[in-house]
Amino acid sequence: MSEAILEVKDLTMSFGDTKGGWFSKPMQGFVAVDAVSFEVRRGETFGIVGESGSGKTTLGRCILRVLDPSSGSIRFLPKEGGAVELAGAPIDQLRQVWRKVRMIFQDPQASLNPRLRVIDVVGQALQKTEGLKGKALADRVAGLLENVGLRKEFMHRYPNAFSGGQRQRLGIARALSTHPELVVADEAVSALDVSIQAQTLNLLQDLQEEFALTFLFIAHDLAVVEHICDRVAVMYRGQFVEVADTKTLFENPQHPYTRALLQAVPVADPRQRGRRRGKAEPVDVGAAPKGCRFSTRCPHATDLCRQTRPPARRIGGADVLCHYAGEI
Amino acid sequence: MPLTPMHNDTQDTPLVEIKGLKTHFFTDDGLVKAVEGVDLDILPNRTLCLLGESGCGKSIMARSILRIVDAPGRITGGSILYHAADGRTVDLARARSGSKELRAIRGSDIAMIFQEPMSSLGPIQKIGKQITETIRLHRDVTKAEAREEAIDMLARVGIPRPAERFEAYPFELSGGMRQRAMIAMALSCQPRLLIADEPTTALDVTTQAQILDLIAELKDEFKMAVMLITHDLGVVAEVADDVAVMYMGKIVEKSDVYGLFENPQHPYTRALLDSVPRIGVTTRDRLPAIRGMVPHPLARPSGCTFRTRCDHFMPGLCDLREPQLKSQGDGQVACFLHEEEARADV
Repeated sequence: MSEAILEVKDLTMSFGDTKGGWFSKPMQGFVAVDAVSFEVRRGETFGIVGESGSGKTTLGRCILRVLDPSSGSIRFLPKEGGAVELAGAPIDQLRQVWRKVRMIFQDPQASLNPRLRVIDVVGQALQKTEGLKGKALADRVAGLLENVGLRKEFMHRYPNAFSGGQRQRLGIARALSTHPELVVADEAVSALDVSIQAQTLNLLQDLQEEFALTFLFIAHDLAVVEHICDRVAVMYRGQFVEVADTKTLFENPQHPYTRALLQAVPVADPRQRGRRRGKAEPVDVGAAPKGCRFSTRCPHATDLCRQTRPPARRIGGADVLCHYAGEI
Repeated sequence: MPLTPMHNDTQDTPLVEIKGLKTHFFTDDGLVKAVEGVDLDILPNRTLCLLGESGCGKSIMARSILRIVDAPGRITGGSILYHAADGRTVDLARARSGSKELRAIRGSDIAMIFQEPMSSLGPIQKIGKQITETIRLHRDVTKAEAREEAIDMLARVGIPRPAERFEAYPFELSGGMRQRAMIAMALSCQPRLLIADEPTTALDVTTQAQILDLIAELKDEFKMAVMLITHDLGVVAEVADDVAVMYMGKIVEKSDVYGLFENPQHPYTRALLDSVPRIGVTTRDRLPAIRGMVPHPLARPSGCTFRTRCDHFMPGLCDLREPQLKSQGDGQVACFLHEEEARADV
């Protein structure tokens, strides 16, 4: 097992907290990320999978410090040593870290400035951090475009001249420009067509090998996550309900939510139709329950689940947040 | 309550016959042939999936049937024959837009649901009002009857506390619930054909599973045909009876769903099936991706449009002549690989 590159401990992000005043009590707002702890190991692809509203994007943004987490710790351990605590780090320190930790976004249309040419979009960080310009800049950008499979002549065009798949490649080139160690990819292939998605996944794997990258891969598509990730965390209402290496998680899911999720995915094989047993009824999820977050939808829920938060347990190679893990 | 099947459509006569349909867009930059000569039959009581990547013309094809193609697009050729329940046949491609004839069919005989429910639900009217309006537009019932039917319909699509939700505004519902409300509205007049354009693409997997189950159930219950437009092979495998694969405005392969997945004939279909990661099947090896990308719509390749990305490209044939849909096994495929004679000519 290789060493950690990122250590997250009890990370909590809540929105709309009020401090309380003369007439009101302090109130905790909506808890999007709820005391999440995990570590990402150097060189691996760590997947975070969950449905919309599960908090996976918020978690990614906290790690990049686009959002300031409410509490908890995020330690980044770069290769040259000297761990950095990101939670609460001053902006100067963050600027240094942001060269080593980069992000790829879902929507390549929205994340590329339409008024800048490719050379400025991809090379922006190089201009700012290394002061590159002129031929030196053009050479570096040409190299980056080549890395992601685009022609270097493209650098003088505007992002609008590219297709969705090409724009995503530009986003990847931009992320690579500062020689990052950790790349947070938030739904990086979700908006792409099937054939382009396959190309982009292949590209990410090639780049990972070539530049020894570590990926934090946030996605909702379970098949994509299974394909590209070494370890996977399943997120539900702000918590990691199950963390395991990919094979274990997909072959032997422990948490009832992981099972429900895997069962809901349509399989590209008509002979397996109707393998989903029973019928999923729509539920009013309502406010977060006091005990287990999943107890309102769980077929195995008991009073214990509804009243007390489940402790983290280690069952069959997976970390599971369930009172009855291993028994059901 | 009339929540019983109204249609006695038999399998043998198609509900809609599309022949040589062309829908072109006259843009400032040039002519975009979004739909370029499509032949397709929509059979009663069956689910037909239209499969393709973005820009292949699948949505425009569906919108052509309902005649809701926006300018600068218009139908420039072919016919869309709709065989009405009373025995009349209407050519939807030629019907005057906004004519009484067309409006009577739209929403009543043929209904459509969309990826984004808010594109068919008005934001400032209560859900119930919108459904009763649809019912009363097409059928001669009192307000009270329409209300009762609408509430029944909301209950039928699985919306909890339907009487309460009747009074709700669309923004008060979650995405999945909104999708259900839109389905309730589309089905309120018991259409013979439901066109669903990527109905679950914006939904979470667990919600998607529920909505797909719901559409399948209602299809059987109301004995209607469903034309489902999607890019998701999993969805196709789950719900389709028949599949038509589209590429650059043309249907390249037609087959029943088992034939398509087990014995795909067109190189594009094969490549598409290979390029999706599947749970429990794929390893971490590279995916066999289709090389290159879909050509720009203003620069259609001559001959077979897929030839620029095809591993079986035959110079002197694929670039000169356009392959037509020909029977192959139980399905149809448009590819010269399956035409001995054409290959012999080269």
